[in-house]
Amino acid sequence: MSTMTEPNRIGVADLYRYEDLRALMTRMTGDEKHASSATSTLDVLWVLYDRILRVTPSTIDDPDRDRFLLSKGHGPMAYYAVLAATGFIPVEWLGTFGQLDSPLGYHPDRMLVPGVEISSGSLGHGLPIAVGVAVGQHTQRCRGRSYILVGDAELDEGTNHEAIAYAGATGLQGLTAVVVDNQSVTHGWPGGIAAQFSVNGWSTATVDGRDHEALEAALTTLLPGRPHVVVAVVEPKE
Amino acid sequence: MTAPVLTEEITMRTRFVETVTALLADEPATVLVLADISAYLFTEQAQRHPDRVLNVGIRESLMVSLGGGLALTGLRPIIHTYVPFLVERSFEQIKLDLTHQGVPAVLVSVGASYDWTEGGRTHQSPGDVALLDSLPDWTVHVPGHPDEVPPLLRAAVRSDDSVYLRLSNRSNAAPRPAALDGRLDVVRRGGRALVLAVGPMLDPVLAATAGLDVTVAYTNTVRPLDLIGLRDLAAADTVVLVEPYLAGTSIRLIDEALSDRPHRTLALGVGRAEQRRYGTPEQHDVLHGLDAAGLRRSILEFLTLEKTHTKGPVQ
Repeated sequence: MSTMTEPNRIGVADLYRYEDLRALMTRMTGDEKHASSATSTLDVLWVLYDRILRVTPSTIDDPDRDRFLLSKGHGPMAYYAVLAATGFIPVEWLGTFGQLDSPLGYHPDRMLVPGVEISSGSLGHGLPIAVGVAVGQHTQRCRGRSYILVGDAELDEGTNHEAIAYAGATGLQGLTAVVVDNQSVTHGWPGGIAAQFSVNGWSTATVDGRDHEALEAALTTLLPGRPHVVVAVVEPKE
Repeated sequence: MTAPVLTEEITMRTRFVETVTALLADEPATVLVLADISAYLFTEQAQRHPDRVLNVGIRESLMVSLGGGLALTGLRPIIHTYVPFLVERSFEQIKLDLTHQGVPAVLVSVGASYDWTEGGRTHQSPGDVALLDSLPDWTVHVPGHPDEVPPLLRAAVRSDDSVYLRLSNRSNAAPRPAALDGRLDVVRRGGRALVLAVGPMLDPVLAATAGLDVTVAYTNTVRPLDLIGLRDLAAADTVVLVEPYLAGTSIRLIDEALSDRPHRTLALGVGRAEQRRYGTPEQHDVLHGLDAAGLRRSILEFLTLEKTHTKGPVQ
């Protein structure tokens, strides 16, 4: 099917652009100036949905779709804005953010929001689930990849390290992790974040998390037989 | 983390291995997820189905989360390890990566409450059923004989339900095929009380109630519990519940079933106190009052209280 061979922007590109995302976020947050921590994921999410992911609003149940899992579910305004801009959810939903009957909570729920692959909020669950999704795609010979977004502080959770070790040891090549590094981790990562992955056999790239060209290049430069991680460095959390 | 090596006799675990082996051949969506425990029993299957027999190493949290990910892609994971590491260590993964994601899995544990008494508290898990009971929509099977395992496991894997199978080295002398449909299975009829025995507690209960005028019923399905059968069988509105895990785990359901009439209940099972003792499982039965003599003492005392109660205070 042709829809699976093109990124999801086909068909909605005329509706919203990257420049519109902050206005969409304002529908959730009011007129406050967005702190960098609220937008640390914004560029990564946009590049993924605009240029990388083979999934559209009409293929959210296609077994061959790419699957994007947001592990860092806290502060999902950027995620919801991108989902609205790319046609997965109605823009009108954004104004209901956090209300009793809204599908959009402060942590995303896959049972309530079309296109949301996992419900997240408790840190350290997404990457281990993503390993299972990527294994499941491989087992069933699905064509899609799994993409998982985690935060640098979230890597404190030991469950991530079970997943990093296992994915590396088994050469889980259908998995791409993106670590958004806003230097919010309490004790730091000796040798850098990428080293935590590379020592376990992952291919790695560390790029400017605001540079769309660099992100696209890093996300599309894969090595066979290895899971891939892109460390997207953004300005420090205030 | 270690566990005792099993002998070659027929056990619930060997029946589990046979059944999973058949399911891997017959049901293409079946995937077995292990964390080293029992991996040596699936060596051949891992070679035959390298994409569907996965051993993550000693990583129980990953084991459950990975199972959740598999289920998200439409596969049917069977997740198996020693009970404290499956249900207690990985509880948040069960809660969030299975139930909260809205995807089902089949969990199969070995070890039960105290199958390995010499191993001490770290390998004992009397609270597993109570813990799972805090989550919605889990089916919980506690088989009482190795031959009850294959039909329960096959039905579980072929369903779309979230199912927990709690295997044990403890067993009744004979299986109870009539219990496989989930309804209470009447073993003996009497008038003064219903004594409901769960899983491997049936034989001790039968010995304990010899000569007593009570109904004895058996079940290997505690969630959902057959509340309709319980109402029908609750002789004299008096129920003794005997569970091979934390005492009182299912008592709220008995009260719910009988909520429209005065009733009396006695909940027997494994005590809360840490024993800090080793020895054999049979010796721990005595410590918890779950041997036949201990059960009989508790049941007789309860029925005597009933007699006093119904006659009013002694003058």
